[in-house]
Amino acid sequence: MTILVIAEHNNSKIKASTLNTVAAAKNIGGEIHILVAGANCGEVATQASNIDGISTVLKADAPHLEHHLAENLSALIVKNADKYSHILAPGSTFGKNVMPRVAALLDVQQVSDVIEVINESTFKHPVYGGQAIATVESTDGKKVLTVRTTGFDAVPVDGGSASIEDIITTSAFGLSSFVSIEESKSERPELGSAKIVISGGRGVGSKEDFKIIEDLADKLGGAVGASRAAVDAGYVPNDYQVGQTGKVVAPNLYMAIGISGAIQHLAGMKDSKVIVAINKDEEAPIFQVADYGLVADLFDAVPELIKKL
Amino acid sequence: MKILVPVKRAIDYKVKVHVKSDESGVELTNVKMSMNPFDEIAIEEATKLKESGQATEIIAVSIGSDKAQETIRTAMAIGADRGILVKTDAPTDLGGVEPLAVAKTLKALIEKETPDLVIMGKQSIDDDSNQTGQMLAALLGWPQATFASEVKIESGKAVVTREIDGGLETISVNTPAIITTDLRLNEPRYASLPNIMKAKKKPLDVITPEELGVDFSPRLKVLKVSEPAKRQAGIIVDSVDALIDKLKNEAKVIG
Repeated sequence: MTILVIAEHNNSKIKASTLNTVAAAKNIGGEIHILVAGANCGEVATQASNIDGISTVLKADAPHLEHHLAENLSALIVKNADKYSHILAPGSTFGKNVMPRVAALLDVQQVSDVIEVINESTFKHPVYGGQAIATVESTDGKKVLTVRTTGFDAVPVDGGSASIEDIITTSAFGLSSFVSIEESKSERPELGSAKIVISGGRGVGSKEDFKIIEDLADKLGGAVGASRAAVDAGYVPNDYQVGQTGKVVAPNLYMAIGISGAIQHLAGMKDSKVIVAINKDEEAPIFQVADYGLVADLFDAVPELIKKL
Repeated sequence: MKILVPVKRAIDYKVKVHVKSDESGVELTNVKMSMNPFDEIAIEEATKLKESGQATEIIAVSIGSDKAQETIRTAMAIGADRGILVKTDAPTDLGGVEPLAVAKTLKALIEKETPDLVIMGKQSIDDDSNQTGQMLAALLGWPQATFASEVKIESGKAVVTREIDGGLETISVNTPAIITTDLRLNEPRYASLPNIMKAKKKPLDVITPEELGVDFSPRLKVLKVSEPAKRQAGIIVDSVDALIDKLKNEAKVIG
């Protein structure tokens, strides 16, 4: 049994999500190969060869693979799929974009967002925004999986010494092309992978007042999140939204401030290690999931926190 | 330009989900059902393209029980011109019609209807798969533009801004293409009463999977559906000082 992991990277550095995905592959068991597809991605291939537990790095280096367009990358993966029992990618927007295309071309029903490996064909994954966990057995010959990165501890970035093998690339699909990328230029960490997330809800009351949430996040070096209610009210842009229809986060510390705790929101943050809730309504459902609750007016508590931290 | 918009009847996003006590699935009896929120965004986007003169016809398609006709009528009240229901009594959330089967069904319909564009939700909020659009694009050999937050149509191409982790990516795809919607794309309108009344008179065809030659047999066996590990409620602290003390000395999450 040999497993193929699709590496997520930016052509210069391998992303941490790849390490969580290798960890999931280790739980399945068997030899693990990793595909590094990109343009001028030799450095990434070297990094991949050092990852603990990898035996072979497949390197595909071609201009049309630079931006990981799903059409080009899926064709490459499918062409090299024959000898693999399992193909895994991170459940990030990178993996979510390309893997279903791979699965369909192989006539396989993918399992999305695996959080636990039971055995080589049985996996647990969250459904209904994490309000239920489904245990499913794949009856397909090959398994195509995306991995919820918060479900697996990253493997070490070193300790391995895999061989690097150049593979023949497939040609460009030709009907899609990359135009531009605008990376979030925030000084703050990325919401999806931040160790600390400070979120505000409708209780914050206005766009102007949302600044105190940002100030607290900056004080703690955390990312800023928001509930859907705060987004719908226009306090912050949509990409701040934590929840079933927004981002799913699992930081070490999640502070929910002025957030009542709608199911929709809980689905996006309930796997956080420590949850703090600050709300003046002591009946707010958020207190039922919080490790530490403070019943207080956020406009008193948050400035005091900022001062005393 | 003809646009096809798949729409799914799913649990309403505000509903608290209850797992069945025998762990066979999720309780859906007497539970409020609505159009999957991402599909509402898809039908809104198609409607905008029609209002701006870029689209000529919008076809809403659903797969599900007779009740999914209501979902198609909702799409019509927003802007779809006609509807097609592929009728099945199989579950559409878990252990029934899976994304690969949905993609094969849509492919068969698209070969008949020959739309220039398919706009659909990036995922449905029941099985949360986020697969069908990408699978459909693969099966058709079409390009895909997933997780769209902005769509511009210009001479045979769609220029789409995509929400990716850590930023926004813009790609250009030749049409026909599949676009899947993310939350930021638009804010779906509320259907007006006159439009709801008009929707009742729009044509809606009901067909069977057999007529399309597709097989709904699932590939995944759902062994069980369980409650997630419950979080225990913690403690209420009485002051900011007590909170800081707990975070520093008990939870050790801040320095």
